Amino acid sequence: MAFASRRLGKELTKMHDKLPPGIALVKADDFKEWLMDIRVIDTNPLYDNETYRLKFSFTGSYPIEAPEVTFQLSTAADTPRPIPWHPHIYSNGIICLDLLDRQGWSPVHNVESICVSLQSMLTSNTKKERPPGDENFVKYNTQRPRDINFVFHDNQV
Amino acid sequence: MTLKRASDDIDRSEPAKKPTPDTTLHTALPATPLTTASANMDSDDEFNSSQVSDDEFMADQDSDVSIEDDSDFDIDQDDVGFESQDKDIKPTKQTYEVDFIVYSPDQIQGHQDKQVDEVSNILGQPPESTAILLRHERWNKERLIDHYMEKQEETLESAGLGETSTTNPPRLEHVKGFVCDICCEDGPDLDTFAMRCGHRFCVDCYKQYLYTKIKDEGEAARIRCPGDGCNRIVDHKSLDLLVSSDLQARYHELLMRTYVDDKENLRWCPAPNCVYAIQCGVRDKDLIRTVPTVRCDCSHFFCFGCSLNDHQPAPCALVRKWLKKCEDDSETANWISANTKECPKCHSTIEKNGGCNHMTCRKCRNEFCWMCMGVWSEHGTSWYNCNRFEEKSGHDARDAQARSRQSLERYLHYYNRFANHEQSAKLDKDIYLKTEKKMTQLQNTTGMSWIEVQFLDAASQALQQCRQTLKWTYAFAYYLARNNLTEIFEENQKDLEMAVENLSEMFEKPIDLLQGLKVEMMDKTSYCNKRRVILLNDTADNLQKGNWEFNVTL
Repeated sequence: MAFASRRLGKELTKMHDKLPPGIALVKADDFKEWLMDIRVIDTNPLYDNETYRLKFSFTGSYPIEAPEVTFQLSTAADTPRPIPWHPHIYSNGIICLDLLDRQGWSPVHNVESICVSLQSMLTSNTKKERPPGDENFVKYNTQRPRDINFVFHDNQV
Repeated sequence: MTLKRASDDIDRSEPAKKPTPDTTLHTALPATPLTTASANMDSDDEFNSSQVSDDEFMADQDSDVSIEDDSDFDIDQDDVGFESQDKDIKPTKQTYEVDFIVYSPDQIQGHQDKQVDEVSNILGQPPESTAILLRHERWNKERLIDHYMEKQEETLESAGLGETSTTNPPRLEHVKGFVCDICCEDGPDLDTFAMRCGHRFCVDCYKQYLYTKIKDEGEAARIRCPGDGCNRIVDHKSLDLLVSSDLQARYHELLMRTYVDDKENLRWCPAPNCVYAIQCGVRDKDLIRTVPTVRCDCSHFFCFGCSLNDHQPAPCALVRKWLKKCEDDSETANWISANTKECPKCHSTIEKNGGCNHMTCRKCRNEFCWMCMGVWSEHGTSWYNCNRFEEKSGHDARDAQARSRQSLERYLHYYNRFANHEQSAKLDKDIYLKTEKKMTQLQNTTGMSWIEVQFLDAASQALQQCRQTLKWTYAFAYYLARNNLTEIFEENQKDLEMAVENLSEMFEKPIDLLQGLKVEMMDKTSYCNKRRVILLNDTADNLQKGNWEFNVTL
């Protein structure tokens, strides 16, 4: 864990200092799980006036290993956090993005850069859709996101 | 004996060259305890295949050793070559059997070394670089030589062997103003490393990265630079510089694995802890015509096509479909369609739990008759009593209903039998465990010698193997379209099944009766084995000739 905590400590210091627009740190009490909020900055009718919550789970081998990142639903009246519409985001918050998979991950990425990537993934999307087979996947999937073998075929969105 | 031959080959070619300093080529695998292979198997299917030892089927397999001896020990030798050779040596080969050779880790290493030597001579590159080039081209010799002759620099460069790698070997550096992008550490004393792509990281992070890749992810030949989107492969010189010696051993072991993984005619035995690889000439495209069951030296039977446990007579494609069908919920859906009806208008699923036949769909408010599925308004005043059997709307709906019921029943017929044999094989396995006890008891109580009680062992093995085959005949039959051939197949299946059940029954008799049954049991055992061979030969023969008609596309 020492490896991960040292790096996360540094990331935290940097994030307390400055964060890109639309990204906010919600909770980082330990080096296991962090919560971040992101908003889409450019106008996009799909995401206007909404904020989304991301849950980061780190293993001891972070950043060599990718963290597990999912959108988290919150229905609290004062801080509603829906799951954004996107053809690569399942309605249970699981994200299909090569960056978060073993193949596409590079230890150079960090929490901030993931947030930025997800922001831009939403910004460029125009489809109010869920991935094909969403209903079945959400109902039957018992695997953790990191153990799912996603096939990344779609470079359009 | 073949092992010796392999090293002979190397020795003969060695003196021509200077002894190479490279460790990849001549490091054998770290000794893995071979004896654990069968001892550690505990799952049922593995149990099945590990038990068989010395029945007649085995005798056939053993003759493979002689092929191995006579062959030139050239892995590149095409299957055509040794198949024809094989016919001379082994005229008794059954249709359902395929030719294969089992290789030990040392022999595989020998093959690699031999190929490296060969290509090394052609390219004029030192063996160490040749090995990297070969791995880079996934052991496709011809392609490598082509590429190399065409664009030498490019080929070397893409394999991480560009010009500067010889004049400028990888080394650690201190760089002013460096900040590691992985750990975010900085400092003028930090040891750093970068390959030629220039993505520089501190040595600790690089090491940690390589450690994770090798130890946790089992990668070797194609570990990429940690930089984002960088496709540069970490070459083994850089790797040797960065990782500890015990990790290097693992790395070289994995490198050897990639050799087998890259070769289409080689496959690792999937049994736990087994170190052998099998060579077989059956290609992916042949798999609709043949079911290549091979037997590793660790006694594990598996399919060379898909690595699953022996599934003769069903071809791999059917096995995949069947397992998927049994696994997923498609049968729940079938149950639904058999026990419920759909609203003829909006297709909502409705289960009738009482009341009259006048149905009003809750969703779309469509009114219809549960009996004939026709529109209710067509019923006039004959409420609660449907006699309108001729309406077309109702006729179609009923047809669909009946078809789905029938398809479910058909599936259940085959599935129950498939599952039954699986279950019985497990029970037979329990009996087998008791058999050993019985055998000792027999020796003690009746004064029979060890060799005289072996018939029980043989019977148990026959049971296991036949049940394995029977099990898959049901999956096979499920996908068969009916014709005259299926009649013959079903006869064969019935004969084998009866023989197996007879033997199984005898097997459960109390010990004091067993001795008297010895001759009969031996008869039955050999009958079972024969029926199995007949069934498998028939199916394999027709599969080869493309005579089977399936109700799905393979």
